[in-house]
Amino acid sequence: MYDADKIIPGLIVFLIIVLFPYYYTMGRMVPAPKPIKPTKYKKCVEPLSYMRAAHMDILDAWRDEVVRHEKRVYVSSTGKEWDMSLQNECLRCHDNKAKFCDRCHNYLGVKPYCWDCHFEPNKIKELPHKMMTKETM
Amino acid sequence: MGVSRREFLKLAGLTAALGLGTGTAFELLAPGQVEAGEYLRSENALRGKRWAMAFDVKKCLANGEDCRICIDACINEHNIPQYDNPLHEIKWIWKDLYKYAFEDTENPYVSDDYKDKPFILLCNHCDEPPCVRVCPTQATFRRPDGIVMQDMHRCIGCRFCMAACPYGSRNFNWLDPRPHIVHYNPKYPTRRRGVVEKCIFCNERIDVGKKPVCVDACPVGAIIFGDLHDPNSELRQVLRKRFSIRRKLELGTKPSMFYLI
Repeated sequence: MYDADKIIPGLIVFLIIVLFPYYYTMGRMVPAPKPIKPTKYKKCVEPLSYMRAAHMDILDAWRDEVVRHEKRVYVSSTGKEWDMSLQNECLRCHDNKAKFCDRCHNYLGVKPYCWDCHFEPNKIKELPHKMMTKETM
Repeated sequence: MGVSRREFLKLAGLTAALGLGTGTAFELLAPGQVEAGEYLRSENALRGKRWAMAFDVKKCLANGEDCRICIDACINEHNIPQYDNPLHEIKWIWKDLYKYAFEDTENPYVSDDYKDKPFILLCNHCDEPPCVRVCPTQATFRRPDGIVMQDMHRCIGCRFCMAACPYGSRNFNWLDPRPHIVHYNPKYPTRRRGVVEKCIFCNERIDVGKKPVCVDACPVGAIIFGDLHDPNSELRQVLRKRFSIRRKLELGTKPSMFYLI
């Protein structure tokens, strides 16, 4: 091998840099996030295991049905009817976004853009709140 | 000697059949299906084949030219931001003078009753909407009941629709609208920076059995909402009795906002 005296130390340095994060976190456990579930309500739209794995699919399907197909009622597998609305139905029970949605999303580093437009109705008091009338113009 | 044509076709056919039979192909052909659930229309939903509106301009003007109750009701209902800079303006329903709203009539001798008077303007929910034709993502589309709807999730902010709309009904969110909203309605979302928005004919109210908010807000009942397809609807009855005009008919967009004069 030509230039082995440069290549081999170079490779070693490269491996050290690449493997350092694995070495650094080895043996440490990052605790799994514990989202705070609503206390007043026992049952979600669908069974817990399904919601945990596929809530994003259900929200995606709801969005298309509501916006594009004029359907606003979801009949779940248990036969119960739900208003298909993130802001008005999901957040009615899951009323603390920071302690429910954000905990897992932050842990996994996902940034859903739902919150660019939808907001927590119970946070409404913290937002500017002045009815539009002729006088306020 | 390789594979004969007959053998090759047999093998290809068999492979395709096998491929289609697997779960992967099933997922490819019918993506995004959520298990078990069923989607229904609300029982209370207003059912119509062609929603439209008529504005009784006489009644509207008689209530005072500075009345803006319908406009404010819309702003309060839909979290529409208010800007001082007119370049950033977002409007779903607004006012403009006859000479601008109906500039195509080119009639300098219009009755003084209307000439310099404000008319209530909004998206015309055209039968042939140019905004829908140009939208590259189908974010804006025409519902079967005639409402030209916009899917904010799908809008990429290219603004083709703004260039296409001859009525100036569309506005672009140059800034994050949140800090500029004067009154938050907790039931309705806001928009984000970088999307186009317009009047969506209160389809969120129609789908649960309510009339558009401007219709309910008008204190003198000057806005008449109804189904053009139903000959007995209030809207059709008033259109039979009164002479009405529409904006920019020569463009062939077939607008569904009627102005009774």
